[in-house]
Amino acid sequence: MSRDRTLPGLAVATLVLLGVAAAAPGWMVFTLVVSLAQGLVVLGLMVLWRAGLMSFGQSLYYAVGGYTVGLINIQFGLSNALLLVLAAPAVAGLLAFLLGFLLARYRDIFFSMLTLAFAMILYGVLVKSSTLGSTDGFSILTPSFLGPHPGPDATQRLLTGLAALIALLAAALVHRYLKSTAGHLATAIRDNEIRVEYLGYSVHRAIHVKYVLAGILAGAGGAIVAMAIGHIDPEMAYWTTAGEFVFVAILAGAGSVAAPFLGAILFVVLRTYAAQYTPHLWHMVLGGTLLLFIVFLPDGVWSLFERACRPLKRRAPS
Amino acid sequence: MTALLDVRDLHKHFGALAAVAGVSVAVAEREVVGVIGSNGAGKTTFVNMVTGYLPPSRGTITFRGRDITGRPPRQVTGLGIARSFQVPQVFASASVLDNLLVAIGIAEEGRLPIWTPLRRRQRVARALATLESYGIAGYASQPASLLPQGVRKLLDIAMATVRGPELLLLDEPTSGISVGEKFAIMDTIMAALRAQRTTVLFIEHDMEIVDRYAERVIAFADGVIIADGPPQAVIDDPEVRRLVVGERVKVAE
Repeated sequence: MSRDRTLPGLAVATLVLLGVAAAAPGWMVFTLVVSLAQGLVVLGLMVLWRAGLMSFGQSLYYAVGGYTVGLINIQFGLSNALLLVLAAPAVAGLLAFLLGFLLARYRDIFFSMLTLAFAMILYGVLVKSSTLGSTDGFSILTPSFLGPHPGPDATQRLLTGLAALIALLAAALVHRYLKSTAGHLATAIRDNEIRVEYLGYSVHRAIHVKYVLAGILAGAGGAIVAMAIGHIDPEMAYWTTAGEFVFVAILAGAGSVAAPFLGAILFVVLRTYAAQYTPHLWHMVLGGTLLLFIVFLPDGVWSLFERACRPLKRRAPS
Repeated sequence: MTALLDVRDLHKHFGALAAVAGVSVAVAEREVVGVIGSNGAGKTTFVNMVTGYLPPSRGTITFRGRDITGRPPRQVTGLGIARSFQVPQVFASASVLDNLLVAIGIAEEGRLPIWTPLRRRQRVARALATLESYGIAGYASQPASLLPQGVRKLLDIAMATVRGPELLLLDEPTSGISVGEKFAIMDTIMAALRAQRTTVLFIEHDMEIVDRYAERVIAFADGVIIADGPPQAVIDDPEVRRLVVGERVKVAE
């Protein structure tokens, strides 16, 4: 069995990200924090995807995460970033736990469309809620950290550093989960649900846990992006937002817990440059990229990484 | 002798068809029971009801004095009844070792097995020992989808037995296996099960297998039991000869 280098790899990557958060230009820091938020959502999608399930409605929990931050701002006047980034996934996870009782009974396209339906219901509610700013949404308080406000630039850098640490924690925990019996049940469920039940485990429960995990991660992503942008609106729940997450999941591949973050960074960079250099054609550039990935790199950008590492392993003495 | 499994007046109707029409049978601890019957006689439906895959239309199933009628497979499994399948049910894209590790992981851990790594050293050792006892340790790293039929059958049975079930129901353990291999494979299965002191009920069409391994034989026809007793007596029963085994079958001594 080859040695697992995921955790040391994640630790090194986090150090690099912390360096970027501290020293890189402002636009790059902003790109990074948005990518990390998106990567968290896609990490959750990956957990579901491994069991053969794809959520077209992860924007539901992304929006719940963002609006939880906004509502705590309004109701309690609290803006502590650490508190908000813990509260949002808790609320999102609770909602996922409740909806999971229904969703765990569905598979394939029915699962996907039901997740989409729930996201669109939330979108509808948000658009109609004038107290929540309707289609315009509302502004988020500048996040605070322990101590006095450090100013806008330092706030963004601190938030990005926090996002990097949360991404590390999430990736490490999900990695541990994927190596556990429940993690391996993903393949088992995709292959043969009857056998899982006859081994004495509830397939519903296994899927329910995965769904809650994905909801928690999407809630954390929504909270981070809300604080980074300083504004939330119903677009967060819209199906195009959910579509982006699926896009990134395909771009990234499901090979490693690091893949979603790599995919998200690639996506945000691609979209930024496509919009800058081809302002009228950027949708086409994104669509074309997705097409190329599906045809030539069906296991995502992570498979390139794996391919690059393989010769090293082969050369190593056994 | 107290009955381990006690089935009373079991019925299963699919629309107008009565697949099982009033079966009552008791199985004692450590018995090895062969179940015979032509296709459509109700054997697999009976096993499906005992293991919770199908709810009975009528009747009761008691296991160790406890009513388990209509409980789902995972609860029935938890109570100590396991089964194998006529078409082996394995995780095709996982390796043989991982198939068994998942089975052991579920058996060893509780409701939320989300923390302990699946491939713990002592668990891998246990899985390899189990594969060894079924004579298929050499296939450990192969994906289950590439296995020969006989090996896949053995893996299916090995997975069913990791909880140390008290009662194991085998659905046609030698179907799809070549004539040359069938005794060797049954010897392997029965030796492993004897070591675990498991009560066994196996469905089988091959009368040589039934005669060689069963202590008691139950013959099904049209959803009812038409004979129940020692193998030779049941196989020689005129009704069983007419409906199940055929007139000219002579089991080699």
